[in-house]
Amino acid sequence: MAEQLATGSRRALRPALPLLLPAYLWLTVAIFLPLSAMVFFSFMTDLPLAGKEWAFTLGNYAAFFSQSLYSKLLFASLRLGLEVTLWCVVIGYPAAYVLAKVLKGRSREAIFLLVILPFWSNGLVRIFSWAMVLREGGILDTTLNAVLPSKINIDLMYSYPAVIIGLVHSYVPYMVLTCYLTLQAIDDSLIEAGRSLGASRLQVLKRVIIPLSMPGLIAGAALIFVPVVGSFMEPRILGGRTGTFYGTVIEDQFVAVFNWPLGAALSFILLAVVLVILGLAAPVLRRAG
Amino acid sequence: MAGVQVANVSRSFGAHKALDDVSIDFPDGGFYALLGPSGSGKTTLLRQIAGFDFPDTGRIAIGGESVERVPVEKRRIGMVFQNYALFPNMSVADNVAFGLSVRGEPKGTIATEVQRALDLVQLGKLGGRRPHQLSGGQRQRVALARAIVTKPRVLLLDEPLGALDKALRVDMQIELKRIQREIGITTIFVTHDQEEALTMSDRIGILRDGRLVQEGPPEEIYDKPQSEFAATFLGDANIFRGDATGNGIRLPDGTTIAAGSGPSLAAGAKASCAVRPERIQISTGAGTSEAGYANTLRGQVSKRIFAGNNSTYFVDRDGQTLKVIVQNTGAERLAEGQEVILRWSPESTVLIAA
Ligand SMILES: Nc1ncnc2c1ncn2[C@@H]1O[C@H](COP(=O)(O)OP(=O)(O)O)[C@@H](O)[C@H]1O
Ligand SMILES: [Mg+2]
Repeated sequence: MAEQLATGSRRALRPALPLLLPAYLWLTVAIFLPLSAMVFFSFMTDLPLAGKEWAFTLGNYAAFFSQSLYSKLLFASLRLGLEVTLWCVVIGYPAAYVLAKVLKGRSREAIFLLVILPFWSNGLVRIFSWAMVLREGGILDTTLNAVLPSKINIDLMYSYPAVIIGLVHSYVPYMVLTCYLTLQAIDDSLIEAGRSLGASRLQVLKRVIIPLSMPGLIAGAALIFVPVVGSFMEPRILGGRTGTFYGTVIEDQFVAVFNWPLGAALSFILLAVVLVILGLAAPVLRRAG
Repeated sequence: MAGVQVANVSRSFGAHKALDDVSIDFPDGGFYALLGPSGSGKTTLLRQIAGFDFPDTGRIAIGGESVERVPVEKRRIGMVFQNYALFPNMSVADNVAFGLSVRGEPKGTIATEVQRALDLVQLGKLGGRRPHQLSGGQRQRVALARAIVTKPRVLLLDEPLGALDKALRVDMQIELKRIQREIGITTIFVTHDQEEALTMSDRIGILRDGRLVQEGPPEEIYDKPQSEFAATFLGDANIFRGDATGNGIRLPDGTTIAAGSGPSLAAGAKASCAVRPERIQISTGAGTSEAGYANTLRGQVSKRIFAGNNSTYFVDRDGQTLKVIVQNTGAERLAEGQEVILRWSPESTVLIAA
């Protein structure tokens, strides 16, 4: 029976191949080609443009290990990624829970829209809006001073918290969506069964709901952690001078210093480190779930 | 163990009254079936007793203790859901252990109790499996073991056998009844299957549109239904409508039907009579009738359905089709189209107020 099904699906796959071809072609052109070009660049002394001399070298990779600045920045970026991911869990998971299990009908749709809205707005607009809110004499400062009796100065602009706020705001919808999907798939009768067996709401959350929504948490964390570690826009605009991270250094190599080979090498080191971290973390997290 | 008292409970959802002034006394240690069509409020009533939902008005007591303000987890009930609701992230044994472990029982106690519960439902060897590796019937048994391992005061089951196929359902009915007897737990069993209600329970409560229509032992409801709905929902019945005469009714064509039981009604009031199909004797009129079969009607067989051990005759008379079930005794069978005489006793006839 199972064998029959397997051969059946294999037979069904063959007519589908021409249909899949454009997708594979697109993947090759859009991802594989540029990526292999970058791999190529990362082993060069200079860009092969305008007749410049170039040769193969491992120097770009060696630079990462010879200058402690890069590994320090990478460490800072990893920490940033971890912190932003944690905040996204803290904010996104309860929001997803309320969306999936508490709200019904119209109010659910309305809140859902509010969660998705940042997705649809331009990233730069979003970040500059935060700049208006966080700077001295900005919206947050003015509002707090209007409410509080004594004069205080709030200027979060160009600080580490500002970077965190901006990044969390950009990425929290991923966590809400992935967690919402897994939470919604959990039948309410499981929660009721737990309660009827004598478990408090908190015990049901710990023993049933969180373990069952672990796939959503892991997916959300991966979707957030990876781009945040390489992020440069939020750190640069909201962090100012404190906003130097691994991602901003890579960006500098491409747009300011024009040292593409070094930028490419640094990118691949980041990719390798992130993949190793995800590879190590996934089984641990899954076992926790 | 404890009985459950539901007194004058009402619950509305918006303008819709899901429960309308329902009062039922569920006896200690009894097996009580809540029977009713879909949407009649069975689940809603069960949820009030469990504490998943709260009545607008009325009182609920378990073991004499009022539970209106007691949350689910403190009511000490066991619940079996129609979809089983097993925790997919846990093994069978961990599912069963859940109730004991949230209470903080020692590990050793949990292990013995879980094994005993699994043995009781005859799944002693499957503790290590995951729920998705079990068949429907096995999942149902795990759900039952999980619900009773905590020694609840009341066992609540919401159409627990509804998702099983016929043969398995009959097995599980017997099994469930055996387990219930063995531990003697007060059981409230929701079903829309009248046969299940009849065969399993000590008492039946029939719900319709959120109201309790009738309640009592199965035999009593079957033999003495108090409404046309009760008569036709629990078993089959032929219903005659007419005017009350004092000891029965007069049909529009003048025929009188004598009833042996029912309320005393003023003569002339609108009333019905109910007769079970198996209580009616059918003959061509040639033979003699048994004494005491005072109710007589003439008709014509319009259809016969042979079912092996019995035959069902549909007999047309005066615009009405009556149903008669005859045991297969080897006697002569009647053909479709044949003129027949139907006879039955007043004792088999119940008078019902309209
Ligand atoms: N949470 C709810 N919100 C709105 N209406 C409900 C809710 N629960 C039940 N009802 C309504 O109450 C009535 C009784 O439902 P239910 O108790 O589930 O019936 P049964 O279990 O007998 O099929 C139905 O008409 C149903 O639509
Ligand atoms: Mg129901």
